[in-house]
Order: sequence, then C-alpha cells, then structure tokens
Amino acid sequence: MVPISYYLILAAALFCLGMFGVLIRRNALVVFMCVELMLNAANLTFLAFARQNGDLTGHVSAFFVIAVAAAEASIGLAIVIAVFRSRGTVSIEEIRTMKH
Amino acid sequence: MNIELVLFGAFALLTLLSAGLVIFAKSPISSAMSLVATFFFLAGIYVLLWAHTVAVLQVLVYAGAIMVLFLFVIMLLNLGESTSSGPRLTLSRIAGGAAAAGLLVVLVMAIWRIPAGTGAFTGQQAVTTGFGTLAALGQVIYTKWLLPFEAVSLLLLVGMVGAVVVAKSRI
Repeated sequence: MVPISYYLILAAALFCLGMFGVLIRRNALVVFMCVELMLNAANLTFLAFARQNGDLTGHVSAFFVIAVAAAEASIGLAIVIAVFRSRGTVSIEEIRTMKH
Repeated sequence: MNIELVLFGAFALLTLLSAGLVIFAKSPISSAMSLVATFFFLAGIYVLLWAHTVAVLQVLVYAGAIMVLFLFVIMLLNLGESTSSGPRLTLSRIAGGAAAAGLLVVLVMAIWRIPAGTGAFTGQQAVTTGFGTLAALGQVIYTKWLLPFEAVSLLLLVGMVGAVVVAKSRI
C-alpha cells in the first residue's frame, strides 16, 4: 500500500497550486478553475483518510463537496456573465468598484 | 517494484503537470482543457484509494457537467488570448508565489509528523466489506446522512434558480 502521507502531500501540492493560481491570475474564469483545483485537493484529503481508517464518511463528505462545487460553479459563472454584461471585461483588476 | 506505487507516481505527476498547465496556459480554453485532464487523473488516484464511486462521480459531474459549463461560458463571452497578463513580475505575484510556497512547506512539515498508519485498513478488508462501492456508500448516505443529502438537493435547486436569475438580463 502507498503510504497515506504521499496522498496528503499530493493534496497539499495541488491545494498550493490552486492557491497560487488564485493569487496570480487576473482572469476571473481561470481564478474559478483554480478554486475548483483547491476543492479537489480537499476531496483527495477526505478520501485518503477514509482509505486509511476504512470509514465511508470521508466518501460522503467528498460527495457533498462535489455537489456544492456544482452549485458554486453555476452561480459563480452566472455572476461572471452578469459582470461581463455590465463591464465588458472579466479581468479582476478592472472590477474595482468595491475597492475604495 | 510495487504496481500501486508506480500507478500512484504516474497519476500524481500527470495531475500536478496538468494543474500547472491550468495556471500557466495563455488562453482560458487551454486552461479549461487542462482542468479536464486534471480531473481525469485525479479520478485515477481516487480509484487507487478504493473510492470507485467518487471517481465515477468526479468524471461525470466535474469533467462532464461543470467543465461543459465552463467551456460554454468561455465561448459565450468569446474570450480569446489574454491581452495584458504576460509574465510580468509584479510585487503581488511574487507575494502570491511566496505565500503558496510557504503554505506548501508548512503543510508538508505537518504531514511528516502524522504517525504512519496505526489502524491501517487492508485491501482484503475493503473487498469483504464492499468499501467504496455504490451500495455501501448509498447505505451510509441514506441512513446516517439523509438530512444533509436532502439539503444538498435543495441547494442545487436554489443554485439553478439563482443562476438563471443572475445571468438573465431581463426577467
């Protein structure tokens, strides 16, 4: 069996990649994709611990995370479309009404 | 050589590679396609973790439904190559990279301290108890987690209505 820590380190690396993307990218859609990467890293952690302990609760959590991610993606993309309609851009550097 | 370790290494490498492509790809379309690849490789890793049902859900929901939604929005907004996001090295980008690298170091150090599998669950036990199968997962969801399951269905309904209300210009 592959040690559990390998899976956890993979999940940590994936989460940090997602966080890196959220911090450096300026396109709102790519930022969304990086958020999905972070959600997947969390899922991987749930499943790794479920595998170690033989407990299906981790699978149930991953199932709920997938469902919530679907709802989040639909609302988030609707917001991106609405912002694009009113501003004509999806760059998060140019959407700064709430900044001041 | 252990076949499980080889498969894990291959899937892990491909996952990280395609996740990196999501971030560094020039056009949003290539980002989205790399994300689809990431989800497929992650589904392979889920299978290695005895989570067959979640792996299938991952492919169906993430690589299928969510990514189609992403591609649809990219094409609807007609986003081509990003114009201004060249490899400029601004202060915020350096700070972002440092923050991500710092978090990775802290997480890896924390993970090394986890005591190695005391109550390890063997593959033999997994086969006899049907671990990770749809039947076993359904049994848990419909007995112990019925209320959260119904709440998720309500959440998806609200998400559906909300998406239509937000995205439609005139109702």
